Amino acid sequence: MVESNFNVLEHNLVPEHYLLSPEDAEKVLAELNITKDQLPKIRRGDACVKLLENIYGPIPEGSIIKIIRKSATAEAFVTYRLVIKEVKG
Amino acid sequence: MMRGVSKRIGSIKFSILSPEEIRKMSATKVITADTYDDDGFPIDMGLMDPHLGVIEPGLRCKTCGNKVDECPGHFGHIDLAMPVIHVGLVKEIKKLLQSTCKSCGRLLMTQEEAAEKTKQMEMVEELGGDAIDYRILAKDLAKDASKNAVCPHCGEIQGKITLDKPTTFREDGHKLTPKEVRERLERIPDDDLLPLGIDPASCRPEWMVLTALAVPPVTVRPSITLESGDRSEDDLTHKLVDVLRINQRLRENRDAGAPQLIVEDLWELLQYHVTTYYDNQTSGIPPARHRSGRPLKTLVQRLKGKEGRFRSNLSGKRVNFSARTVISPDPALSINEVGVPYSAARELTVPVRVTRANIEVLKEMVKRGNNPPLENGKYVPGVNYVIRSDGRRMKVTERNAETIAEGLELEYIIERHLMDKDVVLFNRQPSLHRMSMMAHTVRVMPWKTFRFNLCVCPPYNADFDGDEMNLHVLQSDEARAEALILMRVQEHILSPRFGGPIIGAIHDHITGSFLLTHKNPRFDEEDTINILSKVKFDEIPEPNFDENGNKYWTGYQMFSLILPEDFRITFKSSICRHCQTCLKENCDMDAYVKIRNGQHLCGTIDENAIGAFKGKILNKIAHDYGSTEAKDFLNNITKLAIGAIMARGFTTGIDDEDIPIEATRQIEEMLADSVTKVSELVEAYREGILEQLPGRSLDETLEVEVMKLLGRARDEAGQIAGRHLGMENPAVIMARSGARASMLNLSQMAGCIGQQAVRGERLSRGYWNRTLPHFKKGDLGAEAKGFVQNSYKSGLTPTEFFFHSMGGREGLVDTAVRTSRSGYMQRRLINALEDLKLKQDGTVRNTADMVIQLKYGEDGVDPTRSASGEALDIDDILTEVLGDEAEIILRIEEKKQTGYATMEQDLMEAVVEDDLEMEEPEYDLGGGGED
Repeated sequence: MVESNFNVLEHNLVPEHYLLSPEDAEKVLAELNITKDQLPKIRRGDACVKLLENIYGPIPEGSIIKIIRKSATAEAFVTYRLVIKEVKG
Repeated sequence: MMRGVSKRIGSIKFSILSPEEIRKMSATKVITADTYDDDGFPIDMGLMDPHLGVIEPGLRCKTCGNKVDECPGHFGHIDLAMPVIHVGLVKEIKKLLQSTCKSCGRLLMTQEEAAEKTKQMEMVEELGGDAIDYRILAKDLAKDASKNAVCPHCGEIQGKITLDKPTTFREDGHKLTPKEVRERLERIPDDDLLPLGIDPASCRPEWMVLTALAVPPVTVRPSITLESGDRSEDDLTHKLVDVLRINQRLRENRDAGAPQLIVEDLWELLQYHVTTYYDNQTSGIPPARHRSGRPLKTLVQRLKGKEGRFRSNLSGKRVNFSARTVISPDPALSINEVGVPYSAARELTVPVRVTRANIEVLKEMVKRGNNPPLENGKYVPGVNYVIRSDGRRMKVTERNAETIAEGLELEYIIERHLMDKDVVLFNRQPSLHRMSMMAHTVRVMPWKTFRFNLCVCPPYNADFDGDEMNLHVLQSDEARAEALILMRVQEHILSPRFGGPIIGAIHDHITGSFLLTHKNPRFDEEDTINILSKVKFDEIPEPNFDENGNKYWTGYQMFSLILPEDFRITFKSSICRHCQTCLKENCDMDAYVKIRNGQHLCGTIDENAIGAFKGKILNKIAHDYGSTEAKDFLNNITKLAIGAIMARGFTTGIDDEDIPIEATRQIEEMLADSVTKVSELVEAYREGILEQLPGRSLDETLEVEVMKLLGRARDEAGQIAGRHLGMENPAVIMARSGARASMLNLSQMAGCIGQQAVRGERLSRGYWNRTLPHFKKGDLGAEAKGFVQNSYKSGLTPTEFFFHSMGGREGLVDTAVRTSRSGYMQRRLINALEDLKLKQDGTVRNTADMVIQLKYGEDGVDPTRSASGEALDIDDILTEVLGDEAEIILRIEEKKQTGYATMEQDLMEAVVEDDLEMEEPEYDLGGGGED
């Protein structure tokens, strides 16, 4: 794949992504009353995760990403994704 | 009979059978390819060995001693002379061969690397990975391992393993026999299997190369005896015969020390037969055929596809207690009811347990037998079966009815005929949404059709041109209660699709309510009583008196009768002309509906008030007053409307589109003018003085201009014709009130049909540079490219007719393509969404309890209970609190509703479509027996 200089997070169709600190992650899970493995997933190889790594440094599997997206029904919607292993090819 | 759950399935695991297991579970070894001897008895150790189960009634199984239906059947086995590869597992085998060492059998990876990978797998499991993630990982590892050309354990240089489809493995071009393959797989140590995604406790890779073949029980492949007395064997039996025969020959040749070449040929033949026994559609080999030339249906074919075991027997099942017949309308029924013919009611039954409370009634019922005559012209239920406490079923006939009735005891169950108020499910295919199957209460009636209220047509998408529908009778109290609460018709008046009513008035009901209320007509005493005779209301209102002192009632008065007492609403009718400034109460069209305190003050009640999809009054009643009130309102409005339309009388014919001769001439002139203008445009284009539109080529500019011009011409023709079609015209009443047809349809009958189009462009294909040989090559004029000047009433010229058919065909093709495509799309969607459910905490989860969405729809709003998709209707709340004062703030009139979740893209698309406004004739598909 060709590495591009384009920052996908700046595109208006790409929602905002944030990395949660382990403490915040704990809090969020407690609030939602679920376990880590029940969360929706995001691959480490995802363009957004890669960009976040530029800011926060390496993001290990099992971290939680907070996503704030524009919603047609609710104005803004907050959701969380669990970082999992990247797949090759 | 009660059948409790004695054991609960905790989990299911799929694995591979080992040859030992196959032999252990085998009831007999199969060695002969023959099935029956000359006397017709099954041969021992043949494919029909009585140890394998029984299929003939009266015989007993030699293994378990049970009779037909009790014996589940037992497996046998065939010992293969030489091992063969299992087609279903070649991919796995290839993966294993490539990722392990040819000599020592170890994984081509250092201990550390493997440990690393296993750790990753554990991580995946911890983070909620499923079987698919796991498989991806195992595949990944195999890929990494196969990259090593030298074994890190023994240093052996690895060959390149390729798969010659379907079942031949090669190493550096040399063939590997299944035996060699098996030997290699045997060498793989247990410890190296786990990272490859195989659990060594339940599966060894060498089992993927078969040395023993399981023979399915005869119950799986029953032979049928034809009328001629000949036996016809199942396809699987045929295939097993082939396997046995070649297996026998291979063994003989090998034991006799036949040349290597012959043995190899036979071995390959055995491989072919075993392969086709599993899957007869393996690519790369010719399918095994029956003597007649029909390809055999072997194991994979039995399971796969639409007619396979999964989709046709496990996901879809045939049921009892169901009926199907033609449907017809009955406006006298409630929307909750369904009319069931006597003949169906006598066949469909409901089980009733005999108790002390009902034994006398039931005795009486049983006494009537299974086909009682009408009592005083009224249907009475009989009984078809009585089930005794010991589970024995007794058929009730006219002869034994008396005795069975006498012998009726507590705890017996009788299966009585369907009767009024029974709960049934009613369904019309295609079942595209949940409203396609609703619970109705039964009304047993004469004649032979299912009948229901016309308001229920839209959710089922039913009409009465020969449609048939299915009915299912519920068999338990739990089912009935659940159906009544969740599936009853009245609970589905509001659709979750758009948060509005999907059940509502259609066609004549709308015409009827229009006639009842438009400009508040007066009805004399006789008419009033007739109209109100079927309607449920408290008290007839005070009459008015006209100049001559005669009593009369107004349409508004009658409509107010069926409204809730404190009802208030304000909106515009569908006949509204959308004037610049609205005159409101003083509207000369009577299009401003105002209802206060349940009193209808002004406005015409038409599609926008009570229609399915659009009815505002209906919507408000269903939302604010509940489903029972809405049901009563619908029952009443249908009867009121039918009464009104019958009091006045209503008909339409082609002469409704008659317009004065001057108007016709005017239209002709205008059209001729437009055609000349088109010629002028073409002329300008030819001379190159046509001004090009931005972003369009010159050719496109011409087309756009011509289309615009001719589109306007058609509209103008419609307007000229429309001037002579007033609100007293029945066709116009139907079109404007929203009952049926549109003003466009009328102007096409009275004025001009307009430009025909294929793919949104003027017609252009057919002959060389022209549409038909009647025109000059390269003619770009109106007539030559499909402009139809005539109206449906004046009749089309032959060329016009041809063009019209071209345009019409596109419509037909489109609908045909659309239905098949959307059907498949729906199937995929359902497969993806079927296990999702909304949990108590508002999250959407699947059956694995994974979160799909943290809040349903991101706003947690149930669309059925929403205000057209919005969580709440602010305007509605304001009017409720402030009353009429609120209207200044709201300006309901100007507010144009944008649909649920309309995004910028949608709006953009709509603009584009408007731009190319094109005529698409509406063809009503469906109809008599077209299915």
